[in-house]
Amino acid sequence: MGMPSPNAVINRAMKDAELISRSGAWAKEARQSASERAQSQGLPKRRDEYWKYTRPDVFVAGSVELEAQISPEISIFRNQAKTEISFKNGNLLSEMLPKVGNCLIESLTDATSLDLHWAQDVYGKLELAGQNPVERTLATLNTAMAQQGLLVHATGQVIDPIRIHAVSAGSTDAVIHHVVKVDAGASVTLIETGHYGARGNVVMEVEVADTGSFHHIRVQDGQERHMLTHIFARIGADATFKSFTLTAGGKMTRNECILELVGDNSSVTVAGACLGDDDFHHDDTVFITHDAVNCESRQVFKKVLRNGAVGVFQGKILVKQGAQKTDGYQISQSLLLDEDSQFLAKPELEIYADDVACSHGSTSGAIDEDALFYLRSRGVPESKAVDLLTLSFIAQAIEEIEDPDLAQAILSHLTGTLEAR
Amino acid sequence: MLEIKNLHVELEEEDKQILKGVNLLLEAGKVHAIMGPNGSGKSTLSYVLSGKGGYEVTAGSAHLEGNDILAMEPEERAAAGLFLAFQYPVEIPGVGNMTFLRTAVNSQRKLRGEPEMSAGDFLKVVRAKAKDLKIDADMLKRPVNVGFSGGEKKRNEILQMAMLEPKMCILDETDSGLDVDAMKLVAQGVNALRDGKRTFLVITHYQRLLDHIKPDVVHIMAAGRIIKSGGPELALEVENNGYADLLEETA
Repeated sequence: MGMPSPNAVINRAMKDAELISRSGAWAKEARQSASERAQSQGLPKRRDEYWKYTRPDVFVAGSVELEAQISPEISIFRNQAKTEISFKNGNLLSEMLPKVGNCLIESLTDATSLDLHWAQDVYGKLELAGQNPVERTLATLNTAMAQQGLLVHATGQVIDPIRIHAVSAGSTDAVIHHVVKVDAGASVTLIETGHYGARGNVVMEVEVADTGSFHHIRVQDGQERHMLTHIFARIGADATFKSFTLTAGGKMTRNECILELVGDNSSVTVAGACLGDDDFHHDDTVFITHDAVNCESRQVFKKVLRNGAVGVFQGKILVKQGAQKTDGYQISQSLLLDEDSQFLAKPELEIYADDVACSHGSTSGAIDEDALFYLRSRGVPESKAVDLLTLSFIAQAIEEIEDPDLAQAILSHLTGTLEAR
Repeated sequence: MLEIKNLHVELEEEDKQILKGVNLLLEAGKVHAIMGPNGSGKSTLSYVLSGKGGYEVTAGSAHLEGNDILAMEPEERAAAGLFLAFQYPVEIPGVGNMTFLRTAVNSQRKLRGEPEMSAGDFLKVVRAKAKDLKIDADMLKRPVNVGFSGGEKKRNEILQMAMLEPKMCILDETDSGLDVDAMKLVAQGVNALRDGKRTFLVITHYQRLLDHIKPDVVHIMAAGRIIKSGGPELALEVENNGYADLLEETA
């Protein structure tokens, strides 16, 4: 399969949708500029250092041939998230978006038909800021092409988590773009669940104002899909950003998270766990920029791999000049359940300040034989003992979830997934 | 209860013989103690009986109530009624002590074809037994053995033993790393499980533990063999004179 030029990919999307002509002023400008940027940047290529461990082919291909079954509904978070918004085949299902206290929820489609909207300060803007030093053209394409998404504006404490549930059929190519704005003193928890079809390209831009707090929990299921996600976030002073992703399916997943700490005394966490089996490739690519004083950033990733599954971690902490008292922590670990699986890690630190504590560690290991024997000696059968030790391995990442109910829901889901396989 | 005949064991990795013909007959309801110098093969015996990997049985047999346990997986041995209290209990971060205990109890029941214990019943039983061992609710909630002191780890082993109600209990240097008070507490826990039917094999370096858990028979092990067996007075002899005399006697 030859690689199409970004022109071809974009032009097709533009022609199909006649997006730009239908857009209101702000969206027209954002899409136009993104499409121009995408064309000048060019699509990722196999030889790009940034795509060293993950082949971009499936993401840049004109289309993906797949006729996957829609996986059965998962019930995770039903009890924890009362507010649910659904997407099917990339389209927003909810006619009437739910009313939530201290929070405005709108559809991207509605907002982009307007000439003015608060989203204009965020949409495509954080994505643009995240293009340096590495170009992420597939996110730029998303800015240019996305017709669906949610705009979430938290103006105060949002009590219940908001759940976005997206399901798409096997042959679907979903392009979704969410924008989140958290005002000063506001807080919101966003949960993403669902099953994407052949291919998904999801971008989320998050602006967290001073003293704001954003929590994000994501569960990626589904058997066949190829998934590329980007989170671009800018975090103000005394603010919190926490994101956790559990991936328990899919052929190919690349989750990129690009965070910029621009205000003092803030704290960000990006954590993730995956269960990989067989034809499974999972890539976490994280770039955290410290551009303020006394901020903490944590990256905690755990990958459990078997039957030839591949895990990738590329994580970078950039501490800019003047970002003193930075506390950066990064750990990426894999549990390899057999000798066919592999974990490729590239941790990076780039530091231009002199009063900084940064640590990083990356390990690959097998099941601890002593622990396995201990469990079996108590009567736990080997497969169950391996499951327990897998949970034990992943626990550190789950501990990064602040809300104990959500952490418990993730743990139960994980336990169920392990028992089913 | 447990009959060990002519047991020969080598390390799988290196061609090294550790047990060189161990014979032991442990009758139901009795407490046997094994003492012996470092490297005599005491811990190896406990590992081989409970099914740890890395050892090769080159000759001999071990039967629990007539069943060949050496042919069983470790979990099958446990379900058959064998329990090893570890010298170094393993820490398992991220798995709650309670989850671990309940999984163990119900796994054994399942292997034996018995119905599982309900969450409510389990909670009731575990709370009562934990209280006897001065194990508080926090220790039950915490991850298995993580951040436990030496004494807490050993008490946790005895709690597992109390919950699993094995027929044959092997205690591998349960007194190591314990102060006098902790040792008394552990011994009380063990004595509470003595019911005239349950059998114990207590492996220890020191006579002290045997002051609290009174043995019926004491065996001295050296260089992979039982070199002498006798009553409780044998432990006192070791305490007073060390192993040197005994080793010379049998050399």
